[in-house]
Amino acid sequence: MSLEKFLSQAVSSWMNEDGPSSEIVLSTRIRLARNHHQYAFPTVFTQEEAEQTAEAVGAAVKHTGYPLEELKMKELQGLEKRVLVEKHLISPNLAEDSGASSVWLSDNEDISLMVNEEDHLRIQCLFPGLQLKEALHKALEIDDAIEQHFDYAFDENYGYLTTCPTNVGTGLRASVMMHLPGLMMTHQMNRIIPAIGQFGLVARGIYGEGSEALGNIFQISNQTTLGKSEEDITEDLLHVVDQIIAQEKSAREALVKSSGIQLEDRVFRSYGTLRYSRVIESKEAAKCLSDVRLGIDLGFIENVSRSILNELMILTQPGFLQQYAGGFLRPVERDIRRASLIRERLEMDVSKDKGGSDI
Amino acid sequence: MMCEQCQERPAAVHLKNVVNGKKSEIHLCEVCAQDKGEAFMNDDGGFSFNHLLAGLLNVSPVMKQSQPQQNRRQTVECSGCEMTFDQFLKIGKFGCPKCYESFRDQLPPILKRLHSGNTVHQGKLPERQGGTIHMKRKVTELRSDLKALIEQEEFEQAAEIRDQIRSLEAEIRDEGGGADES
Repeated sequence: MSLEKFLSQAVSSWMNEDGPSSEIVLSTRIRLARNHHQYAFPTVFTQEEAEQTAEAVGAAVKHTGYPLEELKMKELQGLEKRVLVEKHLISPNLAEDSGASSVWLSDNEDISLMVNEEDHLRIQCLFPGLQLKEALHKALEIDDAIEQHFDYAFDENYGYLTTCPTNVGTGLRASVMMHLPGLMMTHQMNRIIPAIGQFGLVARGIYGEGSEALGNIFQISNQTTLGKSEEDITEDLLHVVDQIIAQEKSAREALVKSSGIQLEDRVFRSYGTLRYSRVIESKEAAKCLSDVRLGIDLGFIENVSRSILNELMILTQPGFLQQYAGGFLRPVERDIRRASLIRERLEMDVSKDKGGSDI
Repeated sequence: MMCEQCQERPAAVHLKNVVNGKKSEIHLCEVCAQDKGEAFMNDDGGFSFNHLLAGLLNVSPVMKQSQPQQNRRQTVECSGCEMTFDQFLKIGKFGCPKCYESFRDQLPPILKRLHSGNTVHQGKLPERQGGTIHMKRKVTELRSDLKALIEQEEFEQAAEIRDQIRSLEAEIRDEGGGADES
């Protein structure tokens, strides 16, 4: 399969659009956790209850009229599930389950409804750039449509009842994926992360809880779901994200001013590594991709598209590499494949620009 | 669950011991546990992971709440899924929606700890199922308007608001939702 064709299938189309503040904010995600009032939570439910829940969700989803397609976990291959995880369309937990779990996806993959994960239903909306209000609006709209045919577990005092007490209330997790190389290079993240905590927010690495910040990408999200309205939660997050954007911009300016040539050197060395290396590990690839993306933002590199970081951070994950290769790969084979896929991808942009190849 | 030692503070440390197949459990607050700490710690060589998680989900003495006497029962069980409160503490997840009702007395300190001191939902209500809750929220809003109007001596407007409150409360009673106690 040609890379161009593979890319069109591998990268969700919502990702190719440029959103507001997209030089720093890669994407926005809203998730609502919901449960049926009648059935036990996935923690203890029986196979029969799991199937009944999935059926009830399915019936409600169909009533909404949203053109969503269901993928059942038990019908997917291991590699297919892994690819869905790498695209952030399902969680690793859902992928592990082969019972009555499924995901409902929209055509461009900006809507993803997970069934029987930790909760009976998780409504997820993804937007490019910083679009918290827009994403919240869409998620609440889907929520209202589903509720017309699905009796939610709701309590007057506790709000939407969820399996984990950390989600009760609004069931809302609003998160923003940010590329923060300036703040990392100026060693400011160690100061910012604890400060974020004081606002009931948390900063994590790209693949969520417990993962490290690969490629200077951080996910900032709310931790508190009780006692604040959905609008207030997203407003608070937006306020903090705006401040981080301002700080990242001034860190980048300061870096260009104080050590512009060193920064440019670092960017082009990373670009060289990506364009010419034959074996590359995921950590090094992530670091170089972050540098190249910064180089594009600062105008050092002009012939590479901005979506490169977003795209290649996903494409160079093990699941995608193996899907592209068409079979299982050992770690060292993945490093070789990764290098060649990155070269090929960068070549695409350069060819478009110059109309020729120089690899 | 209250501390078995002082009966004053909520239990924050739960110790289980098995000697010759005979199980024993003790539930203490952080203060009493510290007093007795050394002796317990040596029993099984230290706190287990479960004790740590239980400690995290439980309250610290500063967040203590006066709880009804009947909650001295060692193990509360959910009427829906039969999960016990201790099991919930161990896995950190509920078994069904009824757990929230069954563990209602035990939950406020846990929720306060997890949600920056909050225990009451302020967000969205389900449109269709919201029923009388929508009206109750409206009554609360109108009461605060009423208070403000009385303070401003706008008695004519205040009377209108009072009538609106009365009619909403009657509607809530008719729907069987019970009037707001506050």
